[in-house]
Amino acid sequence: MSEDLLSIEIDGRALQARRGSTIIEVADANGIHIPRFCYHKKLSVAANCRMCLVQVEKVGKPVPACATPVAEGMKVHTRTPFVREAQRAVMEFLLVNHPLDCPICDQGGECELQDVAMGYGRDSSRYREGKRAVQDEDIGPLVATDLTRCILCTRCVRFGEEVAGVRELGAIGRGERSKISAFLGRTLDSELSGNAIDLCPVGALTSKPFRFTARPWEMTAHAAVSPHDAVGSNLSVHVRRGAVMRVVARANEAINETWISDRDRFGYLGLSAADRLTAPRVRRAGRWEVVDWESALATVARGLESVLAAGGPGRVGALASPGSTLEEAFLLQGLVRGLGSDHVDHRLREKDTSDQGLAPLSPGLGMPIAGLERVGAALLVGSNLRKDHPLLGHRLRKAALAGARVSAVGPVDSPFTFPLAGRVLTGPAGMLKALAGLARALGAEAEGPVSGLVARAPVDDGLRSIARSLAESSPSVVLLGDLALAHPQASLLRALARAIAQASGAVLGTLPAGANAAGAWLAGAVPHRRAGGVALARPGLSAAQMFDQGLDAFLCLGFEPGFDCWDGHRARQALGAAPLTVALTAFASPEWEELADVMLPVGVFVESAGTLVNAEGRWQSAEAAVAPPGDARPAWKVLRGLANLLGLPGFDYEGPGEVREAVRAALAGPGAPEGRGRWEAPDAPAEEGGVVRVGELPIYAVDPLVRRAGALQQTRDAAPVVRLAPDVASREGLATGAFARVSQGAGEATVQVVVDDRVAAGCAVVPSGVGVTAGLGPLFGPVRVVRA
Amino acid sequence: MSPLPARKSDLLSAHARAVIDHWLAKYPADRRQSAVLAALREAQHGNGGHLTTDLIEAVADYLGLAPIEVYEVATFYSMFELKPVGRHSISVCTNVSCMLRGADAILAHIERRLGIRLGESTPDGKFHLKREEECLAACCGAPMMQVDHVYYEHLTPEKVDEILDGIE
Repeated sequence: MSEDLLSIEIDGRALQARRGSTIIEVADANGIHIPRFCYHKKLSVAANCRMCLVQVEKVGKPVPACATPVAEGMKVHTRTPFVREAQRAVMEFLLVNHPLDCPICDQGGECELQDVAMGYGRDSSRYREGKRAVQDEDIGPLVATDLTRCILCTRCVRFGEEVAGVRELGAIGRGERSKISAFLGRTLDSELSGNAIDLCPVGALTSKPFRFTARPWEMTAHAAVSPHDAVGSNLSVHVRRGAVMRVVARANEAINETWISDRDRFGYLGLSAADRLTAPRVRRAGRWEVVDWESALATVARGLESVLAAGGPGRVGALASPGSTLEEAFLLQGLVRGLGSDHVDHRLREKDTSDQGLAPLSPGLGMPIAGLERVGAALLVGSNLRKDHPLLGHRLRKAALAGARVSAVGPVDSPFTFPLAGRVLTGPAGMLKALAGLARALGAEAEGPVSGLVARAPVDDGLRSIARSLAESSPSVVLLGDLALAHPQASLLRALARAIAQASGAVLGTLPAGANAAGAWLAGAVPHRRAGGVALARPGLSAAQMFDQGLDAFLCLGFEPGFDCWDGHRARQALGAAPLTVALTAFASPEWEELADVMLPVGVFVESAGTLVNAEGRWQSAEAAVAPPGDARPAWKVLRGLANLLGLPGFDYEGPGEVREAVRAALAGPGAPEGRGRWEAPDAPAEEGGVVRVGELPIYAVDPLVRRAGALQQTRDAAPVVRLAPDVASREGLATGAFARVSQGAGEATVQVVVDDRVAAGCAVVPSGVGVTAGLGPLFGPVRVVRA
Repeated sequence: MSPLPARKSDLLSAHARAVIDHWLAKYPADRRQSAVLAALREAQHGNGGHLTTDLIEAVADYLGLAPIEVYEVATFYSMFELKPVGRHSISVCTNVSCMLRGADAILAHIERRLGIRLGESTPDGKFHLKREEECLAACCGAPMMQVDHVYYEHLTPEKVDEILDGIE
């Protein structure tokens, strides 16, 4: 037995406890229930509700179990008449000001106060005086307040300060006039704010979109996995009569702990979007007709056959959203490959994939998610980690608070909830220079195309300090974020990052957008490898190449071209020009109505069973929780049916489980790729000396479902603005609040301006994934910004 | 003109900053929060006796705190006013010792004399009668009141008149 273990007794049970733990921790670990409100295992101890009072022998007064450390030989009682009396008294005080109208409270039926009052309170109230009433506040579109019900446990306040890292709520006033409040008129803008709903033990903070729409006992809970980012947060989806009513967190210590992001929590609202596609549609003579599945699939099959007959299999391509499930990605690539084409890709937001042969079997974090909180140093390249993958941001914050040195290189100095140790704020060309400088400072061995860059790179003290932080700490990590992957010379960034990682002993991680990018690689939804990573001698076309070169038939799964592609304008052109564009989509957007020839309604998120592989490579499968609306079907069934109709062999899967097993079988084969040597890096894009677009992907624009989640679209993070570097703004005479006309190629958008010194000189952050900019060109590239 | 919006803390006068810096120097560099009371007091003083939303944000910005953290402090302590009040603040202790020595009559006298109720300011903006000030730790001189920063003890209605008459 370790020195650190103590022997204590709770309710007569002899227990071992770690020195320094509290009574409530030991009780929880041993299944002894002690009622509590303010205590939460993930938050600091406030000890303000007094509900967890217990009796400790030789101590005269009851003590709070949450704030009392165990001591050798301590004898604790949780159920003696002494404790019962203390609990009844505390309960009576808590209910003095709490309304006793549980039937009309949204929390009724799942309320900790209600439950504990039932178990530990008196059966009637002796209190006859008036109760305090507190005026509610509007704290934004996600969280509703009913502050009269608040028992001032301050879980929500502590959550903001300690976990979310943004202090948005506070306890204002004092004594009986204390109340929970946001700063005058402000809203909750944290990407994790919705966790306050789960944390609130009473009905004071509830889900605004869900409020008063269902009772907890009417709903069934279904396990699900978040489809919005590479974390794969575990969710519990609550369903009533075939409709998703709400989503709450499902604890998984290795992934999301007990938290989920607001995007995970409210993304489901998009399921009931007005433009849901509920029946197959076919364009006939320029008009959309609703048809049955049989004739829709027959139209697709006939269309594909005629393209094959006219131009051969090389004229057919398939594109999947990186959020498509493993099964969907596998079937889609199997289908086009069955037709003889290797033009299949999920890397919709990437342009330079010239080094794809060097990629690992499936790019990802390179370490467990939980490992991120133990790094000693991290370098983020082109990543707004906090908004892109909120719970990875949370892990890295934990590391930073524990002393990790986190640095960032990129065109946007994204606000983090911890101080950065180093930062290089620079445009796309400067990103290469900065990484080359880091590699040089580390004395890295640079490979082929980047060796010249490294040899020429200037090194300053800032870069030296970042380089030192990576080399001195173990473990350390270099993470390539969305803006690094979307960089027009991403292959060079990757090579430089690889050199930096090797020279410093850091782990190299990649953080693509989408919930299943890692799975898409495994499933073969890339043009140069089959499922299981079997390298092809002659790779097909990447997503960007398909759009650049144009094909005659496109199969599109789960994305929206103008919103989700590297060059939305070009994607629209290519899809519009192709004789056959088939959209497997949940939404009949105006864009697809214009571009597609056939729209096949598919289920999204919990409407379909499937597997998502997250950034750490963890496979998580979930069953469907509801049926897709109308005639819509799970995409895996649609792809299976289409393959069967086309007479392709091997598509007899009975369910997603069998598809999953097929991927596993492919992975068991000898196909793991080797990182073989050379690639042709693309030329640097012409420097035009003008403004460079940075096509950041805002947190609530990442996929079609989130873009339709009404409440999320009303948050501050969803406001579509173009953020201009101060030099760009003053050159054009634009100030914050003005409107600018942004033009790129043939596309044009009028957007409100925010002047932001967190944007690199010469750059304009013109967001992607939002309606106003959907017609614009590449995520990175020259752009004109003038006063509208 | 810079296209960047001004910083919130620009609202604080040079004098206010100097005073806050003086207080900050007393605490460790990573404990700027420690100066929040002094900073609010100075901001209030420089603004004719009350704080505004902008000033609270300015103090928060200057100290590197979230506005809500400063707002919590400003609403907790009774010496901070969040609305415009009279120039001179009168606090009459009505706690036990003073009450036993006739504080209620003193308070009633002041209310009658100024024509305002507890918590109000005179229309001419001269006096503010603070609400619910608790024991001011001068029980030996009960009944007592505090006018601005000065304690007055052993009060009688006549003595109160004398004191108030003597204030500009």
